[in-house]
Amino acid sequence: MRAIETITGKVSVLNRDDIDTDQIMPKQFLKRVERTGFGEFLFYDWAKEPDWNLPKNPILVTGKNFGCGSSREHAPWGLEDYGFQAIIAPSYADIFYSNCTKIGLLPIVLPPEQCAAIAEAGEAQVDLAAQEVRWPGGSAHFDVDPDIKDRLLKGLDDIGVTLTRGDAIAAYEAASERSGPVTTAL
Amino acid sequence: MGKSLFDKIWERHEVASGLLYIDLHLVHEVTSPQAFDGLRLNGRKVRRPDRTLATADHNTPTDGTPRAALIKDELSRVQVETLEKNAAEFGIPIYSLGSEGQGIVHVIGPELGVTQPGMTIVCGDSHTATHGAFGALSFGIGTSEVEHVLATQTLVQSKPKSMRIRYEGEPGFGVTAKDLILYTIGQMGTAGAAGYVVEYAGPAIEALSMEGRMTICNMTIEGGGRAGMIAPDQTTFDYVTGRPAAPSEVPPEWRELFSDPDAGFDKELVIDCTKISPMVSWGTNPAMVAPVSDKVPVAASEQDERALEYMGLSGGTPIEQIKLDRVFIGSCTNSRIGDLRTAAEVVRGRKVADNVYAMVVPGSVKVKAAAEAEGLDKVFREAGFDWRAAGCSMCLGMNPDIAAPGERVASTSNRNFEGRQGRGARTHLVSPQMAAAAAIEGHFVDIRTWSN
Repeated sequence: MRAIETITGKVSVLNRDDIDTDQIMPKQFLKRVERTGFGEFLFYDWAKEPDWNLPKNPILVTGKNFGCGSSREHAPWGLEDYGFQAIIAPSYADIFYSNCTKIGLLPIVLPPEQCAAIAEAGEAQVDLAAQEVRWPGGSAHFDVDPDIKDRLLKGLDDIGVTLTRGDAIAAYEAASERSGPVTTAL
Repeated sequence: MGKSLFDKIWERHEVASGLLYIDLHLVHEVTSPQAFDGLRLNGRKVRRPDRTLATADHNTPTDGTPRAALIKDELSRVQVETLEKNAAEFGIPIYSLGSEGQGIVHVIGPELGVTQPGMTIVCGDSHTATHGAFGALSFGIGTSEVEHVLATQTLVQSKPKSMRIRYEGEPGFGVTAKDLILYTIGQMGTAGAAGYVVEYAGPAIEALSMEGRMTICNMTIEGGGRAGMIAPDQTTFDYVTGRPAAPSEVPPEWRELFSDPDAGFDKELVIDCTKISPMVSWGTNPAMVAPVSDKVPVAASEQDERALEYMGLSGGTPIEQIKLDRVFIGSCTNSRIGDLRTAAEVVRGRKVADNVYAMVVPGSVKVKAAAEAEGLDKVFREAGFDWRAAGCSMCLGMNPDIAAPGERVASTSNRNFEGRQGRGARTHLVSPQMAAAAAIEGHFVDIRTWSN
């Protein structure tokens, strides 16, 4: 995973609430077994609408409860492959938020008024270390879990970090693991 | 202060602060191939194949195709075959297409008895909350987390907030578990439980069968909830014990799995079941619902307008006047034997309306066999239903079971998002009984007053 420092550039705006991951990455593209190349299918059906306008910018500003529905990580893969490095919205669905942080796509929560101001400004700079978004005419602090922040700043492999705690996992298994079910015994 | 059911399971599974041990990892073909690739790239193995179980469900055809190699859609075939190869390479037990244990991952877990009270269960699928019906902490994860669990049998998690929804009063005739959860999502919205683990409680929940409880927990994600759970009781114990992977006697610790009377919750909601009618969704998210006896609402927002336009509906139209092209009985929400029995009772001796194509897709090979042993397949077939093989099918239309643009579907599934059942397809979410009656009449009917 690439380390995130600052993300600077133009802003794409998708002003809709409750956008579900079925819209972000429709099911027919979930049949692929690869991890890359999902950007061209992003918002596949909506992109056919006559007034659709979603330029390939580093930052996406969108509505509340973004990424609801299916847990498909193909949705964040598509957004990242399309070119987005940060998303700014009033809220996210839980699984989607988690999925984004696992691949280094930074989801930022800001109140609707500030999202609107950034959309209006058309460009912004995201500073993860300072937990600040700056745009012409304003700036805002955002919250992020310290562990997630640290991992994103360093571009760390989550699994590699947990594997260093292998002794603790083995100790748990020795002391506390439940006796079943054992799937291999079926 | 006492502990909630959620607190008890969480504490029992903390390896260290923020690191949760996973008792069971369910795997399917769509969200796992990239995770297995990740393991290979890094030279990692699956830590606990004996706590992992794979099945093919999302992509599988329901036309009776006997094995993966014969799937006609090439991409689907490659994906199911990839799962088979990955399972073989990493030593994971698998029920693939053609196996007697195959079926929707959230149907086969409980069926095999690998879903048990007090467990932590994850799967790369948002409807994993289904297993919470057994008093387990069970939730959906993304592919990066699938890889993490495969490699470490743990998840990095900060503890979600807790919420309790209490169901008071007795639901009236014709009001099912599906109606309870659709009504609840309608009340709280698609993000009403975002950030929370939800415990469903109260007399109306205790009165439900395990299948009804699974329907409720299944749709927790449609209200934004991380996980849904119900305290196990005698109904749970009777269902679980004696199944292939389950103990034959109730372990004492299962009886400790309940929220203490003085347990605290971050949020509480009370639902009066006497106010709930059979529900029908009219829009493009699962919070857009109305009682069947009601009318399609007049748009109150831009989002409503967009939804009504997509659905081809006008505000003020009585729900019962909405005509249907297709009826789908199936999905991890409503495809178990109890669901099929209640739907079969509605269609017995009747005929599907001329303009409707109706299909039943049992949740698993075993559900299909059980239904056939009872003659339910005959009831459905004689009424004009198409009786299919097990899988996720038209719930998400990754296999050939999709609706055409503009077609209107009464569906027992869980999501009515735009394009979910096919590009331009219009989905109305209902209970199995309501779907069955709609198939007979060709439009929605109020199951409480229906006489045919």
